[in-house]
Amino acid sequence: MTEPQKPKAKPLALRLLAIAVVMFGFGFLLVPLYDIFCAITGLRAPIEQVAETDIESSEIAAREVTIEMVANRNNSAPWEFRPSESIKVVDTGSIYETSYFARNLLDEGLTATAAPDIRPVEAAKYFKKIECFCFTAQEFGPEESKDMLVRFMVSKDLPKYIDRITLSYTLYATPKVAGNNQ
Amino acid sequence: MSEAVSHDSHHDDHGPAKGLTRWLFTTNHKDIGTLYLIFSLIMFFTGGAMALIIRAELFQPGLQFVDPHFFNQLTTMHALLMVFGAVMPAFVGLANWLLPMMIGAPDMALPRMNNWSFWILPFAFAMLISTLFMQGGGPAGGWTLYPPLVLQTGDAFPFMIFAIHLMGISSIMGSINVIVTILNMRAPGMTLLKMPLFVWTWLITAYLLLAVMPVLAGAVTMLLTDKYFGTSFFLGAGGGDPVLFQHIFWFFGHPEVYIMILPAFGVVSQIIPTFARKPLFGYEAMVYATATIAFLSFIVWAHHMFTSGMPIAGQMFFMFATMLIAIPTAVKVFNWTATMWRGEMTFETPMLFAVAFVILFTIGGFSGLMLAIVPADYQYHDTYFVVAHFHYVLVPGAVFSIMAATYYWLPKWTGKMYNETLGKTHFWLSMIGVNVLFFPQHFLGLAGMPRRIPDYAIQFADFNMVSSIGALIFGFSQLFFVWVIIDCVRNGKQATSQVWEGAEGLEWTLPSPAPYHSFETAPEIK
Repeated sequence: MTEPQKPKAKPLALRLLAIAVVMFGFGFLLVPLYDIFCAITGLRAPIEQVAETDIESSEIAAREVTIEMVANRNNSAPWEFRPSESIKVVDTGSIYETSYFARNLLDEGLTATAAPDIRPVEAAKYFKKIECFCFTAQEFGPEESKDMLVRFMVSKDLPKYIDRITLSYTLYATPKVAGNNQ
Repeated sequence: MSEAVSHDSHHDDHGPAKGLTRWLFTTNHKDIGTLYLIFSLIMFFTGGAMALIIRAELFQPGLQFVDPHFFNQLTTMHALLMVFGAVMPAFVGLANWLLPMMIGAPDMALPRMNNWSFWILPFAFAMLISTLFMQGGGPAGGWTLYPPLVLQTGDAFPFMIFAIHLMGISSIMGSINVIVTILNMRAPGMTLLKMPLFVWTWLITAYLLLAVMPVLAGAVTMLLTDKYFGTSFFLGAGGGDPVLFQHIFWFFGHPEVYIMILPAFGVVSQIIPTFARKPLFGYEAMVYATATIAFLSFIVWAHHMFTSGMPIAGQMFFMFATMLIAIPTAVKVFNWTATMWRGEMTFETPMLFAVAFVILFTIGGFSGLMLAIVPADYQYHDTYFVVAHFHYVLVPGAVFSIMAATYYWLPKWTGKMYNETLGKTHFWLSMIGVNVLFFPQHFLGLAGMPRRIPDYAIQFADFNMVSSIGALIFGFSQLFFVWVIIDCVRNGKQATSQVWEGAEGLEWTLPSPAPYHSFETAPEIK
């Protein structure tokens, strides 16, 4: 009886272990892959600034779009945070200005970071921010309050089926505070 | 098929050691299989007790027995215990017992690692369960561990993460062992396409485990560093994204679902031909269907996240990919049905559980199809409809198949026949209990009752009461299961080596109970 050639146990086991190690790495690789994927598809609202001079002058006729402003804070952040107007009807292709009100409720200084989000996600790349408090960290003195400016334009190329865009900001305290929340 | 060498002409000193050390130091696949199965049973009862407290709380609207925070701990721990402690170890236990016997090998390929992969489990679960007694209680953010909620877990958090790491290491070692055993230790003539289907499904499951358990380990490691080491993988404040966690988790989580059901397919594919007295219909189709399901499981994960904000194109892709899984699954269900078609069927307890598996798993499969439909999912998401769906595939699915396997191979393991009347009584109690328990939850979900709540609006009261009564029936009938096993070991009649008239496969050529070392001399396969 001739034994058919079969792989030896130890090298096979080590190869299988290598698969496990590679897959552990793959889990971490998903993090940059996800960022790249979001950037390509425009899934995440871009934080980059668009210069006023870059605004296109498209032939497409302007139309009305409703912008809904939403403010969120994560549960550990000691803020009062709200949009100064919750609904704004705008024309595509024109520049508008709105603001968010924030107040530090602590009697010590805080640094805030705002993360923007836009729904539906398909609208994200047509929502151009010319000026936004989300571009930089915002410093707050004890119990200081601020009106924070957003200047934006909705591109005329916005797909026809979108007539309503939700603009949302989440205000975070600096990661040092948020990271250790209990 | 050749006769096994049953007379032990040498190595008489090689039997099991005596006492506790036998179990601590054992490298024998049958001992380790037994340890896995008993451990799984203990976890099944622990997680089951938690489920009974949950159902007791939900018996009536209002808060009766537990406070909401403890309720959340119960739902989280119930899931972690049942998934990682009951269902997965039960299948690993079955693999340990059966794979060497089915492929004509003396033991598993890597016996010492086998011992290790079992013995880290009790420590992992002791650690996990101990968190219930810590300040702030156990993890309460759901078994899916979504940040940022899970990062609010108190002292229990690092213990839970470490326990999950240990479970993952155990699973990875177990699956390496399974693959090496199957690829290296088959008897001469046992080509891959002559392997019993249980061996095939486990081979594919082991590869799934190897591919996704490390990804879960990575995800929970990121949670750990987010909480304690200042990283921001999932924290918006530092530029991370909590939705990323959902992607990574479900990249593990969906294959995990199939890890819990593919071995069940294997078990049922062994049992139905035996009691239909016909060979399995479409053996090769079954193998390819299993492989197809395993492949598809990697590209459907985001159907768990339809409501988390995804472009239409993404939703469409994941919807259709998910629906595609229905095809290989239907191949399996049709093949089981075709195996039974015009067979000379008898309905001993294993067959009853197997037939119930086919019917009830199909119900769970269909509700899964409903959930795959994006516009419908917006309505069903996070409701009791989801709870009903995955319990139908896991309880009368995976758990029933484990019970079927236990009854089917118990005579081979113990050398004694169980009492058929008691077995059938256990089956019917479970069958009625499980349907009374989970079927009304479909209606609750469609009516809008959310998951994971300790209290609910009064229009949900009636179906919740029915469901809780079913839970009591199902829960306590499992004590009956234990009694049937004990009765079998104590009072059972001596079983023949064939045990079942229509049974085919190498394990039935061994005497009952199976000798300590399965095949000292490899059998020849025609």
